[in-house]
Amino acid sequence: MNATLQATLEFLKLYWAPLLCGVAVVAILPLIVGYIVLVERKIMADMQARLGPMRVGPHGLLQPIADAVKLLIKEDIIPEHADKLVFWLAPVLSVGAGLLSLAGLAIGPAFQIAQDINIGILFVVGISALGIFGIVLGGWASNSHYSLMGALRSSAQLVSYETAAGMALVSALLFTGTLNVKSIVEAQSKEGIWFVLLAPVAFFTYLVASIAETNRAPFDLPEAESELVAGYMTEFSGFRWSLYFLAEYTNMIVVASVATTLFLGGWLRPFAGVSWLNFLDFVPPLVLIAIGAYCVLRVTKQPTRVQQLFMLAVAGLCFVVALVLAAPVVLPVIKPSLREAVAPFYAGIHGGFWFIFKVSLYIYFFMWLRFTIPRYRFDQLMRLGWHFLIPLSIINVLLVGVALIAGAYFQLHGWGLLLVTTPAAILALVAAFLILAIEKQHDARQEQTAPSDFYAG
Amino acid sequence: MGADELVINMGPQHPSTHGVLRVKLKLDGERVIGSECIIGYLHRGVEKIAENRTYQQFAPYVDRMDYVAAVSSGLGYCEAVEKLLLVEAPLRARVIRTILTELQRIASHLLWLGTHALDIGALTPLFYCFREREEILKIFEKYCGARLTTHAFRIGGLQYEAYDTLEKDVERFCKDFESRISEYETLLTQNRIWIGRTKGVGILTAEDAIAFGVTGPVLRASGVKWDIRKAAPYAAYNQYKFEIPVGTTGDTYDRYLVRMEEMRQSRLICLQAIENIPSGPILAKVGKVLKPPPGEVYHAIEAPKGEIGYYIVSDGTVMPYRVHIRPPSFINLQAFDRMVRGHLVADVVAIIGTIDIVLGEVDR
Amino acid sequence: MADEPKEPKPPQVHTGDKPVSSTPAVSAPPGKPADASAPAAPPKAAAPAPPKPPVVLQTPLDNEFVTRFRTKFGAALLEAMEDRKQAILTVDRVRLVEIARHLREEEKFDMLADLTAVDWPKREKRFDVVLNLYSFAKNERLRLKVWAADAEDVPSVVSVWPTANWQEREVFDMFGIIFSGHPNLKRILLPDEWQGYPLRKDYDILQQDTAWVRENLGIESGQ
Repeated sequence: MNATLQATLEFLKLYWAPLLCGVAVVAILPLIVGYIVLVERKIMADMQARLGPMRVGPHGLLQPIADAVKLLIKEDIIPEHADKLVFWLAPVLSVGAGLLSLAGLAIGPAFQIAQDINIGILFVVGISALGIFGIVLGGWASNSHYSLMGALRSSAQLVSYETAAGMALVSALLFTGTLNVKSIVEAQSKEGIWFVLLAPVAFFTYLVASIAETNRAPFDLPEAESELVAGYMTEFSGFRWSLYFLAEYTNMIVVASVATTLFLGGWLRPFAGVSWLNFLDFVPPLVLIAIGAYCVLRVTKQPTRVQQLFMLAVAGLCFVVALVLAAPVVLPVIKPSLREAVAPFYAGIHGGFWFIFKVSLYIYFFMWLRFTIPRYRFDQLMRLGWHFLIPLSIINVLLVGVALIAGAYFQLHGWGLLLVTTPAAILALVAAFLILAIEKQHDARQEQTAPSDFYAG
Repeated sequence: MGADELVINMGPQHPSTHGVLRVKLKLDGERVIGSECIIGYLHRGVEKIAENRTYQQFAPYVDRMDYVAAVSSGLGYCEAVEKLLLVEAPLRARVIRTILTELQRIASHLLWLGTHALDIGALTPLFYCFREREEILKIFEKYCGARLTTHAFRIGGLQYEAYDTLEKDVERFCKDFESRISEYETLLTQNRIWIGRTKGVGILTAEDAIAFGVTGPVLRASGVKWDIRKAAPYAAYNQYKFEIPVGTTGDTYDRYLVRMEEMRQSRLICLQAIENIPSGPILAKVGKVLKPPPGEVYHAIEAPKGEIGYYIVSDGTVMPYRVHIRPPSFINLQAFDRMVRGHLVADVVAIIGTIDIVLGEVDR
Repeated sequence: MADEPKEPKPPQVHTGDKPVSSTPAVSAPPGKPADASAPAAPPKAAAPAPPKPPVVLQTPLDNEFVTRFRTKFGAALLEAMEDRKQAILTVDRVRLVEIARHLREEEKFDMLADLTAVDWPKREKRFDVVLNLYSFAKNERLRLKVWAADAEDVPSVVSVWPTANWQEREVFDMFGIIFSGHPNLKRILLPDEWQGYPLRKDYDILQQDTAWVRENLGIESGQ
């Protein structure tokens, strides 16, 4: 008895940090996802010249709570001949895969649940691919012909774009030589340049592939069109559906985090190594103070008491965050001796801020795309994946590899690598246009309609 | 029916069929090899009702058929009865009728654009189009009190005088509208995905179009340059200069371009018309009881969706003996089967949207 | 084409006893003989309808088109009239398809704008099947009529203008006229199992309602 207690305490002493992170993520993630949905609705409304949710709570801020409560208290409907175990398991698989892959990511140097896995990125990508099981099993368990077809289509889409995404990641990994998430960011810090500049075509490929991976517009035909073939989510309602929904947005966060880590410099401030640009460290707290001040100015303009208090609360929140961000940079200026003591806090807090900021930009781009362009038809989608993205990403890997060898031969480092990678990127772009031109010719030859007769009634 | 064929039913309740339309599709894998439209869910017996109403009493009924473009349906009916009565509306009435009808054409096309883009997946143009449509509906409301089923015209002219800021409102709308159309075009016209979803989809050749009696933008997109406003001008159309946009291939993309250009041309007509609205009476002397001399008339005008025809038979009494409405959506929908064969299931929704049907008109 | 007096009294909205001056005055054709007949008699005189008006407004037509037509088809052309500047040809029912084909091929009436029917129950051939044609090349409209009795079927013109498909189905649905040669003649607007043909003049909505109530609710409708 004593021995097990001892072993447990040992375990906790070693792993208290990742356990705490894990619990925090599982507890807070649904709330965060809910608010991401609210932000999406507000952004959608803004782009469509309207206001979005405004009723539930000031400016619709309690909308996610209302939605969550509604989903939780809904009747749990299971189709009559559905496979009950699999019906229960499918959404759990999707969410589980999403959360587990989130565990392998480092949000800032201090926050990582599965710490220092040496196959970090591979772990994340591999586990998130397991989410496809959740989709296929969901379609199967619904016992509906159309749901199954929709699920198979969706999983075909995901699998097709998995290859392109993987190849794009490989192009970036060539610069690091390691799969460990923290080491990748450190490599970008060491080189002093983000990999998006060194491998832009890879970033673009990963961007497109990640939109398809998460079933977002313009690749959301399997779940949005639903004119005849119902999506795999149709038979799921209430809490089960919200699990799928959670899985989708978690996947979005995962792909955004992977892209941020690999291409956008992870938790590094722009120009992290350049010391004369260190004043940029003051930018986050200053911006937040500005937002807080703006909220304070708008307090008196609010019509009702509740809204005034709300504005004050938002301002207060901005000021608190600004304070937290400012402390690690202001204190060393006031008292230089504190510099070392403050350094890990600086890395952790500012690192976390920049990481979340970049992930938010990536997700904002997803949302922007959703409301702007129409969606692809399924065959066009598959053709884009197989005929364009996969060849492009493979060609890109080859070109980046050649560029790296040239770079090593000429002993180029950091920004010097641009001398070899830019030509590689240009060649990759040329290859892209060639592929598109070939496709267009192929299309023109293939366009034909079936013979028809007049009297179909 | 072969072993690989699958019959799928779409509707009548369906978000993309624009009303209660039921479509049975015969599929071979993913391709449509046959289709059947089942209509009649909105049949209200309007033609039978007409035989029991006086000519003026029947006028509000025509608004309810194509409820999206009530003003043009009303114009067609009033002009048909005026032909029957051998009466001509005064010039001022005809000019104001032209202005309102062209505004209605713009409104109808805006609604078409918003819903068509929504079906194909572009979520945003819908809201922009409805923002513009709101301006037009406000003008209608100020003029005759109703936004949708307007009953704006009377037999013999107009009942209501143009309200004092009508010209200013129309001018302001037209001035803003040019930049708005450019906004929609920026979002859609050169968009790769839009072109991919609409080019080559639902091709209707000119011979097929004429054989199926298709009229309106669908016919013009197939290459036949024909518009009743030019071929047999009614209201005040012979006074204004405007172009008839014509397409080349007759696919969905061409129909989209034709309707966008038509909106621009309608705007030009409105601008020309408001410059010079003649003064004078707005209602011809028709008296309160209308008893047209016995006979019959067929009068057609260019509604936003195509040729709307009214065949009215009078027996000399106050009620028409027979009223038959030739609805453009009903005739155009016949060509659906022709357009959809050989395409994929995902194109069906695009093709239904591009014909621009209103079920109220199809079923009457 | 005689007019029939209406049995139910038409709801005279505005005038009760001035039937004379209420008719259109702008371009009143010379023949409005109703004026002379009943100056003071109330509603009954509102539908005097002596047979003269048809002669005035619907006049026989005799232009070169009609002459050409007559030389080609002779006896098949039963009537050629003009009403309010629109040409109306009434032709023989059995030769409809041949005439239609001639009109489309030779005379270039390539669009069938409208196909409908009118019911004149007092006539022996009660139905008028009316085709409104349009020629793109000549920018002309023509109305073609065919008389059909109750049990007679009319040849279908689907082989000439495919647009007639749904239009003939609608005429069948509403009037019960059978079109021979139509590929799929079934009801289009009304449900397939509907009894009766609504646009016929002897189709009474009251009778339809009482029949439905008796059948589905098992009681007598109180209407």
